[in-house]
Amino acid sequence: MAEPIIRIRDLRKIYRLGDVDVPALRGVSLDVPKGDFLAIAGPSGSGKSTLFHILGGLTQPTSGTVVVDGEDLAQLGDTGRTRLRRNKVGFVFQRYNLLPTLTALGNIEIARYISGRKGPLENGFLELLKLLKIDQRLDHKPRALSGGEQQRVAIARALVNHPAILLADEPTGNLDTENALAVLDVLRDLNQRLGQTILMITHNPEAAAYAHRIAHMRDGRILEN
Amino acid sequence: MINRLVFENLRHRKLRTCLTALSIGFQVTMILTIVGLSRGMLQDSANRARGVGADIWIKSPDASIMSLSSGTMDQRLLDYYARQPHVTHVAGSLVALIGGVSTVSGIDYDQFTALSGPFHFIEGGPFRGPNDALIDTWYAEQNKTHVGGSVKMLNREWRVCGIVQQGKLSRLFVPLATLQDATNNHGKVTQAVLKLDDHRNTKAVIAALRTEQPDYKIFSIEEFLSQFAPENLPMLRAFINVITGLSIIVGFLVVSLTMYTTVLERTREIGILKALGAAPFDIMGMLARETLVLALAGWIAGILLTFGANWAINHFVRASLQSVITPDWWPRACAIALVASLLGAIYPGLRAARQDAIEALSYE
Repeated sequence: MAEPIIRIRDLRKIYRLGDVDVPALRGVSLDVPKGDFLAIAGPSGSGKSTLFHILGGLTQPTSGTVVVDGEDLAQLGDTGRTRLRRNKVGFVFQRYNLLPTLTALGNIEIARYISGRKGPLENGFLELLKLLKIDQRLDHKPRALSGGEQQRVAIARALVNHPAILLADEPTGNLDTENALAVLDVLRDLNQRLGQTILMITHNPEAAAYAHRIAHMRDGRILEN
Repeated sequence: MINRLVFENLRHRKLRTCLTALSIGFQVTMILTIVGLSRGMLQDSANRARGVGADIWIKSPDASIMSLSSGTMDQRLLDYYARQPHVTHVAGSLVALIGGVSTVSGIDYDQFTALSGPFHFIEGGPFRGPNDALIDTWYAEQNKTHVGGSVKMLNREWRVCGIVQQGKLSRLFVPLATLQDATNNHGKVTQAVLKLDDHRNTKAVIAALRTEQPDYKIFSIEEFLSQFAPENLPMLRAFINVITGLSIIVGFLVVSLTMYTTVLERTREIGILKALGAAPFDIMGMLARETLVLALAGWIAGILLTFGANWAINHFVRASLQSVITPDWWPRACAIALVASLLGAIYPGLRAARQDAIEALSYE
């Protein structure tokens, strides 16, 4: 197996609600090799989203080690995690989360702008837009796009900075079957063609089946993978 | 790219953007109109003083330049001034406040016209009785008054005997003796104006008069006109400062409320930007740019509104108030709008910058 691009050891996260400590992750350990397509499955409250947020640098772990592409997230402050989100992580959310005032192209360009990249989009990325079948829809604002198109724009946005990992949180949760399958096909295609490392959180077994591996979570622990 | 986002965000909420810019615009208009009014009224007073055609202007020790105080001098001084070398004509006038900043001047018709030249009558003619009044064209226009009509002031009814071209001393003239009687200023005048045989003798005459009357305010016409500037009126300057301060507070509150609403409304979008790697500074910068655009749009709107206010004042109430456009104050108004707006954006901006990305992304 190749050197893991994600290495998680005894990861714990405890939220404090009032005077009560609520453990969301209770010692998760996981290796994800570069180029892997891993599905993390589990019921609501199992800790999938917390793991997603920690891997994406959106929140800090309480204890444990999380190394993403050589960077130990537990050691990163706010600035470091901001830099991580900018350069190493691409997010795809269940609700697409496109900026409603910008066009599809604008949504892609803003991610590129924030990461500090300049100049026109690379040819390779333009090819990717064709692969995602959104190259003819770039001038439209999100409200003029279907759910499937919006999610594909979100995938393009997540990939524009060539992230080390693509984190997808229930990417098909808001889509009908046809669009859901199209998005899953795209993710698998990206993984196979470009070698993009993908972590997909889902509670849908059919979606999880698209991944190379499935890690099942329950009560803040990984049961098997 | 951020500029495009800023522009699209503002365009997305057109009504709110317009209302905010308009509110900032009113703030700018408030300042520019007050300054324009101050200058306009001073300029108008100066023009009317110049219109008298006198070389020297004399006021009593306790009188104000703007003729709004009750400082008076003995009318017999007019004879004394008439006896001075080089003085060819002397006229005295009594000024009485009739409401707001409007005044009426009591004049000895023959004495005044001998110094100043004849009035240019548009309608009617000189005083024929003690309760006659002359009004100028602006006053007649604003009050829709004609010869034969009446003007009520100082608890008396005055008959309008003539309408004269505006631009000379006052908007309303009544016989000096009647005004002295009405204001209980028998034998008193507010000011004396002197005409010399040669304007070049002004300095010498003033020097001689100042020796005799060191406490009196004795000015050449040039000195007198130069007094009609806001800088020479501390009260006016303080008033303008108060209005400017109020404008800053209003602008601060308007922008603060708008940006606070904006931040609340865009919580999710702020979360998205953070997920994409935007730093708190980037979020604040974006809001600051929006604020700058709003402030600049408000500033332009304010200038346009000022033109409207200026036109309305000079069109409908120019006898009472006069306004001028003051382009030299535009940069200052711009700075005030920017400062007030940026101050107003600080708290919402900090709130947005500190927004937790996960909470923001789950915001409904």
